[in-house]
Parts: sequence; structure tokens; C-alpha cells
Amino acid sequence: MSVTPLPASRVRTQDAILVVDDIVKRFETPDGILTAVDHVSLSVAPEEFLGVIGPSGCGKSTLFNVIGGLLDGYEGQVSVAGDRVSGPHPAIGMIFQEESTFPWRTVIDNVAFPLEIAGVPKAQRIERARHFVSLVGLDGFEKRYPNELSGGMRQRVSLARTLASEPKILLMDEPFASLDEQTRLLLGDKILQIQQQLKQTTLLITHNITEAVQLSDRIVVMTYRPGRVKRIVDINLPRPRTSEIVSSEAFGRYVAQIWSDLREEASRGLRDTESRVLQSGERRP
Amino acid sequence: MTGVATAKTRFGPALLGIGGLVAVLVLVEILIRAGAINRFIVPMPSEIGASFERVIVEEDVFGRFWQTMKEAFWAIVLITIVGVSTGVLLHRVTLLRRATETWVAALASAPTVLMYPLFLVIFGRSALTITMMGFVAGLAPVILKTIEGLSGTRRVLINVGRSLKLTETQLFWKILFPAALPNIFVGLRLGMIFALINVVGVEFLINFGGLGQLINELAERYDLAGTYAAISFVVLISVVFFMFTEKAERWLTPAN
Repeated sequence: MSVTPLPASRVRTQDAILVVDDIVKRFETPDGILTAVDHVSLSVAPEEFLGVIGPSGCGKSTLFNVIGGLLDGYEGQVSVAGDRVSGPHPAIGMIFQEESTFPWRTVIDNVAFPLEIAGVPKAQRIERARHFVSLVGLDGFEKRYPNELSGGMRQRVSLARTLASEPKILLMDEPFASLDEQTRLLLGDKILQIQQQLKQTTLLITHNITEAVQLSDRIVVMTYRPGRVKRIVDINLPRPRTSEIVSSEAFGRYVAQIWSDLREEASRGLRDTESRVLQSGERRP
Repeated sequence: MTGVATAKTRFGPALLGIGGLVAVLVLVEILIRAGAINRFIVPMPSEIGASFERVIVEEDVFGRFWQTMKEAFWAIVLITIVGVSTGVLLHRVTLLRRATETWVAALASAPTVLMYPLFLVIFGRSALTITMMGFVAGLAPVILKTIEGLSGTRRVLINVGRSLKLTETQLFWKILFPAALPNIFVGLRLGMIFALINVVGVEFLINFGGLGQLINELAERYDLAGTYAAISFVVLISVVFFMFTEKAERWLTPAN
């Protein structure tokens, strides 16, 4: 087990496909200016699986939106293979925390959506969509609507839809947050399998340590507000991996190491939330 | 056993509904015959049943039914086109929405039927007046529900579209509009009810055209049984439009 010291921007930047360089994002709030992300730099190498972990309120989702091009008005820059990101980039495929399948489309039509937008002829896009439906293990559910599927199956539809756009970088924001632990581990297996098969460069944003260690090659640990890179941990667990790895001794050591980094940040977050609740209670007439 | 269970699930609600209606009619009949309800105010269901033949043969009820149906149909077509388009416009132009939404909401609860003299002056004593009255009465709920549906589209669905670099037009037709459709249909159903009430009401008031005029004439002749028989044809129009809307909704939103 090794812990890479800061700064993160020096890590593999030269051959990185995704470079996040010195990002600062501030929001105006009724209580003043809030710095959500503060001078965050990181890079992702081709075929790498990078996890970003931090407590609630550390700016993970802000970072996700900045990298995905859904947020502007920030300092610093994001680039994909040298191309500066200014808005949604075709090389980045996003998977959101909230359930994001289109309820009026069947599974196959959901997955074929990016191809439809790209103008791929119907027969061809259905054939390609079938491939991705099969890849996420949903054969036989092509004609079902999302309201007929479980939460885990719906997230797999979202994953297949994003993969169908064949992005160079898969960007995921806590995609399993609403799922139970067992489904989360099994879906983790599915992600690992797909990542191995497609050699898919992936950036996963999560607050779940087990999930981060199970899936990642490196983990960026972030501080509580303002969100900064606290530490980058290389995960030297063998690949191919499955969820069985969670019972290994090395896995436990990584979890303990990351938790020791995160505990202080999570405690700060908890204290901050409690004091804000108290203050809002005092303000209430 | 499974077949019986399926038949129960399939026909059970319809049978219960019809059975309930028959039970109410029998109860009313008994109460009238027993003198608990005045037969000069509420006719016996058996008398209403017997008056159907007279109303059909002597009063050209099918011609009048068709007339009311046409007026209501065109009112609903106008409501759909103008209501949905206006809702979309108000959703997209925030300033316009803020300036007018309260007025549209006020229109929804206003007794627009009282504007019929104005419409008579503009369009004359014709089917056009009746259609336009139905249109005005049913417009507001469609506009309001269209705005509500479009505004209520989940942010994450819009973000999926943005992440795939959809144009504004694609974003509207591929995401916002399908997401808003269930709400739009709620508005259309409400608009349809308001339109039909006003169409029949104005026919009654200006003594012109279809079933409203027939109801007026039969009521003036104090033919209570015939009046109720004619009213049942108005209910039939409502049923026809509801069935049509339900079919359209199933076709456009199959997941629901």
C-alpha cells in the first residue's frame, strides 16, 4: 500500500486523457460567498479508473458538473486529450446520481437515445443498443419500461445508454447511492467487468469507501468544505477484480487507511451541519 | 381457475359500476313510488327509460347529438392547439409567464359562460359562438397544466440531454414535451369538461342547435322524463371524448 503525496496535478499529467487543472468554483449564497471547490487538480490516464471520495459537502458533485461541462463560471480549466472543455464534451459520458432513465421510453429506446440524436439509422442503432443492453446484463428486458424495473436495473439502463454514446471517459456521480449494499457490490462487479472489456477510462465520484476501493486504481480523497485534494491513494489490488476482494486483508487495509483520512473531514462536516441547524433554529421566530 | 380470476379482474370493475348504477336507479324508483321523493321534481327511472324512444323518434336526438358533438369537438381541438402552444410559450418566456400566469389562473375559475352576450354580438347566434364559448372556458386548465408539466421536468433528465449536447429544439421535443405529457393530458381532461359544460350551457341559453336546446325545449314543455333522457346523451358525449382522450394518452404515453 502506498500513499502518493500532493500535489495531484503532477500525477501522470503528461499522458493523461483527462486533466483537471487548478479548479476553483464559488457560489453566492445568502450567507456570503461559498467556495465549493478550491484549487483542485487531478488527472486520469487512459484506461484508468479514478475514484474521488469525500464527505457530503466537499464539492464532489460540483466537480462532477464542472468536468461534465454542465457548470461554468469557474477558475482553472478542464481538458480532454488536450482539448479544453467549455460545455458538455462529446468524449465525456455522464452517469448521474439520480435515476435518469426516460420513463416514456423502453429499455432499448433509452439505450438507443444517444445514437438517435447522432442520426444513426433506426435498424443500426437498435442493433448497437442491443449490444449495450446485453453488456449490462439486461437481455430480455428490451421492451420493458423503466417503471417495470428495479432501481439497480434502471441504473444499468443509464449505464448502457451512456456507454452507447461510446465516450472516451465515463464520468459517474455516485451512481449506486440509492441502492442497497448487496446490489451495489454486484453492480460494482458489472462495472469492473465492463471496464475491463471496454478498457473504459472512468472517473467515479462517491462517498462510499468500499465502492471506491473495489473499483479504483487510484483514489483522490477530498477535504470537507472547501473541497481540496487531501491525498491520493494508489490501490494496488490485483485485476481482474470482483466483489470477493472486499473480504481480503489488503482491501481492509485500504479501507482503514482511507477512513482515517476521511474521518476528520466527515466529523467536520457533521459539526458544521449541526451548527447550521442550530443557527437556523435560533433565527426562527 | 386462472381464467375465472382473469375475467374477474377484467370485467369486475365494469360490472360493479353498472351494478351500482342499476341499484341507485332501482332505489330512486322505489323512493318515488313510496312518495319519499316528489315525482313532479324527479321523474321515475322507468319513465325516463320509456321516454327514450319518443326522444329519439320525435326530437331528432341523434342529429342534435351530432351537432353538440361537432361544437364540442372543434372547441377541444382549439383548446389543444392554442392551450398547449400558449403553455409552451409562457414556459419559455419567463417574463410573459410571470406577467400573465395569475390572469390565466383567474380565467380558469371565472364563470366565462356569462360572457355569452358578447360572443353573440361578435359571432352571431350560431354554432361558432357555442364553439368559441367552449374554447374560452376550457383553455385555462390546458395552459396551466402545460406550464406545470414542462416546469416539473426533472433536472436530471434535462442534464442528460445537455450532456449529450442536444439542441434546444431536440431538448424540447425529446425530453421536455414527453415528460410534460401526463400533465398536459390532465389539463386536456379538465378543459374538455369545462368546454362540454359550456357548449351545452350556451346551447341551452341561446336556444340554438344541439342537445342543450333540446333540453331547454323539453324542460319548457315540462317533459321531465324526456329532459333526463336528453341529459343522458350529453353524458354519452362526455364518455366518447373521455374514451378518445384515454386512447390518445395510452398511445402517446404507453409507459403509463
